[in-house]
Amino acid sequence: MSFFARFAQNRGALIGLIILIAIIAMAILAPFLFPESPWRMVQRPFLAPFEVDGFALGTDTMGRNVAAGLMHGAWVSLLIGLVSTSVALIIGVPLGAIAGYYGGLVDDALMRFTEFFQTIPNFALAIVLVAIMQPSVTSIVLAIAIVSWPPVARLVRAEFMSLRNREYVEAARLVGQGNATIILKQILPNTLSPIIVLASLMVATAILLESALSFLGLGDPNVMSWGYMIGAARTVIRQAWWLSFFPGMAILLTVLALNLVGEGLDDALNPKLARERQ
Amino acid sequence: MKTPLACAIAACGLAALPAMAEPQSGGVINTVIQPEPPGLVLGMIQNAPTRTVAGNIYEGLLRYDTDLNPMPQLATSWEESDDGLTYTFHLREDVTWHDGEPFTAEDVVFSADVFHRELNPSARAVLQHVESIEATDDHTVVFTLSQPFGPFMLSFEAGTFTMVPKHVYEGTDFRNNEANNHPIGTGPFKFENWDRGTVIELVKNEDYYEEGLPYLDGVNWHIIPDGASRAVAYENGTVDVLPYGTVENFDVPRLSEMENTCITQEGHEYFSPFAMLWMNNREGPTADKRFRQAVMYAMNREFARDVLWNGLGEVPLSAFGSNARFQNEDLEPYDHDPEKARELLDEMGYDGEEVTLLPLPYGETWTRWAEAVQQNLSEVGINVRTESTDVGGWNQRLGEWDYDLAFTYLYQYGDPALGISRTYLSDNIEKGSPWNNVEGYENERVDELFNEAATAFPEEKREELYHEVQEILHEDVPVGWLLELGFPTIYRCNVKNLVTSGVGVNDGFKDAWIEE
Repeated sequence: MSFFARFAQNRGALIGLIILIAIIAMAILAPFLFPESPWRMVQRPFLAPFEVDGFALGTDTMGRNVAAGLMHGAWVSLLIGLVSTSVALIIGVPLGAIAGYYGGLVDDALMRFTEFFQTIPNFALAIVLVAIMQPSVTSIVLAIAIVSWPPVARLVRAEFMSLRNREYVEAARLVGQGNATIILKQILPNTLSPIIVLASLMVATAILLESALSFLGLGDPNVMSWGYMIGAARTVIRQAWWLSFFPGMAILLTVLALNLVGEGLDDALNPKLARERQ
Repeated sequence: MKTPLACAIAACGLAALPAMAEPQSGGVINTVIQPEPPGLVLGMIQNAPTRTVAGNIYEGLLRYDTDLNPMPQLATSWEESDDGLTYTFHLREDVTWHDGEPFTAEDVVFSADVFHRELNPSARAVLQHVESIEATDDHTVVFTLSQPFGPFMLSFEAGTFTMVPKHVYEGTDFRNNEANNHPIGTGPFKFENWDRGTVIELVKNEDYYEEGLPYLDGVNWHIIPDGASRAVAYENGTVDVLPYGTVENFDVPRLSEMENTCITQEGHEYFSPFAMLWMNNREGPTADKRFRQAVMYAMNREFARDVLWNGLGEVPLSAFGSNARFQNEDLEPYDHDPEKARELLDEMGYDGEEVTLLPLPYGETWTRWAEAVQQNLSEVGINVRTESTDVGGWNQRLGEWDYDLAFTYLYQYGDPALGISRTYLSDNIEKGSPWNNVEGYENERVDELFNEAATAFPEEKREELYHEVQEILHEDVPVGWLLELGFPTIYRCNVKNLVTSGVGVNDGFKDAWIEE
């Protein structure tokens, strides 16, 4: 059975994938459908959805087009989700690999270091980091990456510990391969599937974190993101429900889609487990 | 039988004129104060919430009407000598402090010459022009000035020139005086109780010298830290008056549409809060006059007023607000004109260098405003990056001059020499404060004109000098003039006479009464 066929066996994953593709399409098409800046004040403020042609989702407190904000926001949210996850992987994978492969003192030292980050509540740490570094896309990506790499390191370490004494690793060692080669060429490829699954879920968490930061007013004030839209709409929620509803739905759908896709990937990459589950 | 019929008609006519209703005594008003004041001894503390609450406990020699003409308060009449150097105040003779002691000219001399000279920076700015203060008898005080000072008669408002009791404070450590916990003034309300974090209670001063006043039995200032909760407290009837700044602007339309709800912008004439955009005159594109003019043309200030401030307030013509004295009305307004802005930027050869913008961290309205300005500027090609800060960071960065554009708002205090010149005088350039000449504007002629006008005599001479200075400022645009803010007071319509003076937000409950 092909990889995609196994993935498609999970209905939910397929739906998630479709939603995700739609959101990615939104992000890519945003500059073409709404070439003007989403910050531009284009109509009367507080237009309800469908009240005026061309403003299907209404306008916000300052007459900015909610639909434009939503589509441009998709770009920001996905970008921050993907980049911060990549950064977290860049930190977490090598740390976990080295700790798991060498064991002993190296492992102890690296794991204590990891625990140091794990013991501080994620969100609190992210707030502090963004507040210190001044809110900007870069500082937000960094903050999210810094709070989300420890689980990656943990996972990779566990995988490495279980794989490092396998026969094929012993064989590689016997033919004289160095540690670096063994880590990169022999073990790492075999740990990829759980990492991919975890990463897909991390993208979802990162999007949620970014939204929460923006909601609190710690977003980059120069980019339109979903969290910002909800945060700005909070004070007028009694007059204008649509201002928080649409971006809220966008976040919900994206995070849900990423979770479904993650589950589908898990099934597709671990066919044995998936079959047992069924 | 003709007479009774005529009477009946007359009676009908009277009944149809509700505005003529007689004030009724009695009732307690519940209102809110935000944030909780640090203390209530006016003169020692000048924060806005202290002024608003303690303005009902303490009084000054004068009040001011909404055109800022002096009205009698503790002084019933006053004379000014022809050379503008001697001012004589005649005091009321029937005034007592809340503890029963009589109020005399000695209290005035003590308050001005000792208490304020030591504690009160805003009174000190006036007192530096005063050579001597003498009580010629129990109820007459003579101020002798070293040189004529135009705005002198505007300095006697309760919050700036508070009358404090000599018999309580003389010879003590003012700041640690026991009596600070139980302020004693001459005002219409007496301090009753302060439950920290909950409520400040004032009760009627039964011995108040003005016959029949106050009408109210008391005023309770509730302390509710959350903005949405304050709006709800009004909606569910817990409070009847929402003073300026206690609800978010976005809540104002909803609240003002409620039944039996009135809204007024009056009572701020003396302060005239003026929103400005600091523009760093020292370096970067903002150092170029043409860039600053372009910013003025690029901003849509009417939009900000109509959408963000619910139509309250006025778009200023120039450095002098519409409430300010000596406004030069002949200046050409900086209308919203993106085309002209682009031309100016082309002319100066602006290369798209990024400028930073600091919003004022005072809540949603200010954040939205910064977004609107950023958008306005980017539409004419100015590359703006907004950097959000907290209040501490904002104070610090302005004090260190580490910004290109920044929002602020300043009080005007009724006279250019008190509230306007401080923003433009070059000897007011000093690191560390976000309230002085933060933009770093230096113009010798402007310094000369402002200094001369402050002490010029008579008024016509001042007007001439101030008109000239406005022309220069209007051309140079040292700062952006955004909006003369209109701060709404929201209240139940059956609370009558709530705002009766140009500092009405602070001394309003004296004349207020509740219609049943």
